[in-house]
Amino acid sequence: MTSVAEELGRGEVGSARPGAPGVARRSVAWARRAPLLPALIFMIIVTQLPFVATLVISFMDWNAYYPDERRFAGFANFRRVFTDVNMRDAVWTTVLLTAGVVLISLVLGLGIALLLDRPFRGRGAVRTMMIAPFLVVPVAAALLWKHALYNPEYGLFNGVLTWIWRLFGSDRPPQPDWISTMPLWAVIFALVWQWTPFMMLILLAGLQGRPLDVIEAARIDGAGTWQIFRSMTLPHLRQYLELGALLGSIYIVQNFDAVFTITSGGLGTANLPYTIYQIFYQAHDYGRASAAAVVVVIGTIIIATFALRTVFSLFREEPGR
Amino acid sequence: MSVATETATPTSHRAAPVPGKRRDRGGAWLTLLAWVVGILFVLPVLWMVLTSFHSEANAATNPPSVFAPLSVKGYQEFFSGGASPWPPLLNSLTASILSTALVLLLSIPAAYALSIKPVRKWTDVLFFFLSTKMLPVVAGLLPLYLFAQQTHLLDNIWLLIIFYTSMNLPIAVWMMRSFLSEVPVEMLEAASMDGAGLIKTMRSVIAPVVMPGIAATALICFIFSWNELLFARVLTATVAETAPVFLTSFVTSQGLFLAQLCAAAFVVSLPVLAAGFAAQDKLVQGLSLGSVK
Repeated sequence: MTSVAEELGRGEVGSARPGAPGVARRSVAWARRAPLLPALIFMIIVTQLPFVATLVISFMDWNAYYPDERRFAGFANFRRVFTDVNMRDAVWTTVLLTAGVVLISLVLGLGIALLLDRPFRGRGAVRTMMIAPFLVVPVAAALLWKHALYNPEYGLFNGVLTWIWRLFGSDRPPQPDWISTMPLWAVIFALVWQWTPFMMLILLAGLQGRPLDVIEAARIDGAGTWQIFRSMTLPHLRQYLELGALLGSIYIVQNFDAVFTITSGGLGTANLPYTIYQIFYQAHDYGRASAAAVVVVIGTIIIATFALRTVFSLFREEPGR
Repeated sequence: MSVATETATPTSHRAAPVPGKRRDRGGAWLTLLAWVVGILFVLPVLWMVLTSFHSEANAATNPPSVFAPLSVKGYQEFFSGGASPWPPLLNSLTASILSTALVLLLSIPAAYALSIKPVRKWTDVLFFFLSTKMLPVVAGLLPLYLFAQQTHLLDNIWLLIIFYTSMNLPIAVWMMRSFLSEVPVEMLEAASMDGAGLIKTMRSVIAPVVMPGIAATALICFIFSWNELLFARVLTATVAETAPVFLTSFVTSQGLFLAQLCAAAFVVSLPVLAAGFAAQDKLVQGLSLGSVK
């Protein structure tokens, strides 16, 4: 390994003549590829082979409750997926949930990042406090919101309402049942609380990479705060906003923990991961679960093609070697 | 207060041509706002910790009993009340540490072949890794379950270790590639001119630049593995159960004891909180896949 790599190192400087023998060149290429192969092969086996299996199962009539009736089903599973009202609802819920959480936490994250960008006493402490929600294990956070905050009888939210109403001498404070009156928003708020720190950290790093001398110059030329924000800060932050939105979407689209814990997918909050989990884990309908998974994968590939183009624009400034 | 901040940062770029007094007052308001927002965000965490140290009777009251006497009853119940939390905690630790080690072992050489001595079409390979992260993991759940069933790997911690490795490998490859691209080419060339071998180059040129990157990568991989719920829930039962799964089953089997639940949630989150606070800057680098340094 060492000698091959040394060979390679020298190859770059000396012997990479265009007329070098093809065999040698090929072995050099393989030596370059060698360190990459373990990771690549591992990923292909662990992530791509299961998808092939999913594809095969999606064309089968296979329910674990009736293991003897396993047979080829053609497109029956797909027909059921496309005509299933629950699936269509799940798609819509997933879109709402993802877009809601990403947009709200991006806007909040931007505001807080701007607040934390200016020096003030205790800035480090506030930053540390802001990070805390992101470091609570997602299931633990979901349990905390469901039982300690949203609970209509003894949750903190209704407790605070009681306090405020008593302050004004009223004994009849409103005590809403947060989760059953606004189930999707309950999930969204809990997730926004966890993901705002993430967006804030990325945007704060972006803000601190701004060229300050240019901003200073603009200020001396009489540009107002809002003008500077709109015409200089926002364009500079654009790639950080895109990065935050992309990474946030990747994770929130797949969210299972919050939906599973807070509402158990009830009251119209079942997103795609939860719905597929249910078809597989509770209905044991392997064929239909696989067909749903295949449809979701194809949908994701279409969306991801656009998303990847965005990431590519983020990293294209970096020269390759 | 604002006077102090102004003097603390003489290079402050906010030397706007606004009358001094008005600017100071605005600054004080913004400082106050920042503090209020920070406290609002940390409040649920503090509430969780406070509730975990209350007795069950004082934990579930309306209005909340903030100043109730403290008690460690919740923790006692959590650790010795019913099923012991130690096996799941140890399982989580094993799965997180071993999968993180595997990820580093696989991702560092791969990142080397994508940055320092890049293969042809290295961008395609890089995007292949990221694209696996975009595919819904839930689509791989059933095949993995069936495979585990066939090979008797259900409820085996190694199955989770392999899965967590694949879950974090793309992130790690992106991060490590980004850090390895920081290694100055001239130094690499100088080292190879001097006849330094790969191992020596690694140790003396690459390692010093890349060590912080490895730490950031390891932190992120550890956190994501520790947090994972869906696969752990489906693929494990009593033997290989992880801490997040234990948390969910804990609620259903215990009914609801709020102080105990908060104690459990806090204990399970503690490793992540500790690691994350200790390495805040690494967290930022990691979350942005190494593109923010």
